[in-house]
Amino acid sequence: MRDKTMTAAEVAAQVADGMTVGIGGWGSRRKPMALVQALLDSPVRGLTVVSYGGPEVGMLCAAGKVAELVYGFVSLDTIPYDPNFQRARQSGQIAVRELDEGMLHCGLQAAAHRLPFLPIRAGLGSDVLRLNPGLKTIRSPYGGEELVAMPALELDVALIHLNRADRHGNGQYLGPDPYFDDLFCLAAKRRFLSCERIVPTAELIAGGPPQSLLTNRLMVDGVVEAPGGAGFTSCVPDYERDESAQRRYYEAAIS
Amino acid sequence: MSRADVCVTACADLFTGDGEVLASPMGPIPLLGAKLARATTEPDLLLSDGQAYLLGAEGVEGWLPYRKVFDVVAHGSRHVVMGANQIDRFGNQNISCIGEHARPTRQLLGVRGAPGNTANHKTSYWVPRHSKRVFVSDVDVVSGVGYNNAAELRFHHVHRVVSNLGVFDFPAPEHRMRLLSVHPGVTVQEVLDNTGFDLDTSGTGLTREPTERELALIEQLDPQRSREKL
Repeated sequence: MRDKTMTAAEVAAQVADGMTVGIGGWGSRRKPMALVQALLDSPVRGLTVVSYGGPEVGMLCAAGKVAELVYGFVSLDTIPYDPNFQRARQSGQIAVRELDEGMLHCGLQAAAHRLPFLPIRAGLGSDVLRLNPGLKTIRSPYGGEELVAMPALELDVALIHLNRADRHGNGQYLGPDPYFDDLFCLAAKRRFLSCERIVPTAELIAGGPPQSLLTNRLMVDGVVEAPGGAGFTSCVPDYERDESAQRRYYEAAIS
Repeated sequence: MSRADVCVTACADLFTGDGEVLASPMGPIPLLGAKLARATTEPDLLLSDGQAYLLGAEGVEGWLPYRKVFDVVAHGSRHVVMGANQIDRFGNQNISCIGEHARPTRQLLGVRGAPGNTANHKTSYWVPRHSKRVFVSDVDVVSGVGYNNAAELRFHHVHRVVSNLGVFDFPAPEHRMRLLSVHPGVTVQEVLDNTGFDLDTSGTGLTREPTERELALIEQLDPQRSREKL
């Protein structure tokens, strides 16, 4: 089996200008911050970012990396609004596709299944359709109900962070919520997983129940060992969110 | 008995008749309301901890990560109580941004799950500080769908709005916001003065006061009285 270990900088080197990058986690929870930092340290620009947005969105916007953002929300959880994201929006710096968070899920699912779209009820009647004129509706061929035809959100790159992985890309989450990290991987052409610790496969299997194995190796192209690599966002049970570090980020962003 | 106690019971009453559905209260007062409802009239309500677990009265009783929340939303067996940066006379809600969406004067959270919630299941709102900035004639961005935009939505049901001043509903056939009741100590005029559109006040009553038993339960559920911060 292939050894897929690499460095965060090597991951960033595979991200080219203008690519669409999906980022796992949710809000300020288990974000692949070490990989995001590698993007910040790289010269890459003009990215389309797809995310259940946490602090990585504001950071990438503030660094001028983002051309377009696809999101349902951006929040730091214990701090509702990220000033860097607000500034990017209020200055008109970035283009946006703001979606219902279920629509975002639906679009990733369509991409993962190689479908052009999937139907969903969310979005009808709301301004999501008005603000995204590219979104079409479709009549059910089985009775006529109108639904949103959510287009596939195809990703060039997915970046996720898990608790454990082996060198081949089998990955494990040990917290209570998988978020959508497996779906981000299935929706992407190139998939990179950072983790707290790379362990032998046998140790991975012994480390949790089988359903904690969120990714298997066919879903992952590169594995980065990055202890603390979700910080300051949470990566339970390895660590909780570092609230004081998040507060420092917020204070720096607001000034 | 404080205003916060009245708001908690008004929020508890939102769930009357819901049975075995997922209650998703956003904010401390709706959360206390849902817990109070479960302890009194609606013992079968399910409550999430806001993370990935379902919490029964005795502790964790189930697992509900976000991917499963989406399933419950689509299934419809849920009653959400959301906040609102703006809400209008037909119950459209805005949590996205203030101003033009292309370049807002103030960016908020984003529409989050509000479009899907209102398209799929019962939805109520909680507004802790009733003002003309919140109660506007037309919202800037329709996040949660109101009645005038819901003609095609089979499962649309905006139930009520509870604010720190009163309780509001949307009676058929027009589904315009009505002042159902004012909280004890609040006048109808005070509500009108703080609302940016006309309200039907023809049948306005008084929000009920919590019973002794409810007050004791509220105290038990919130011994630190965090509800007083509204």
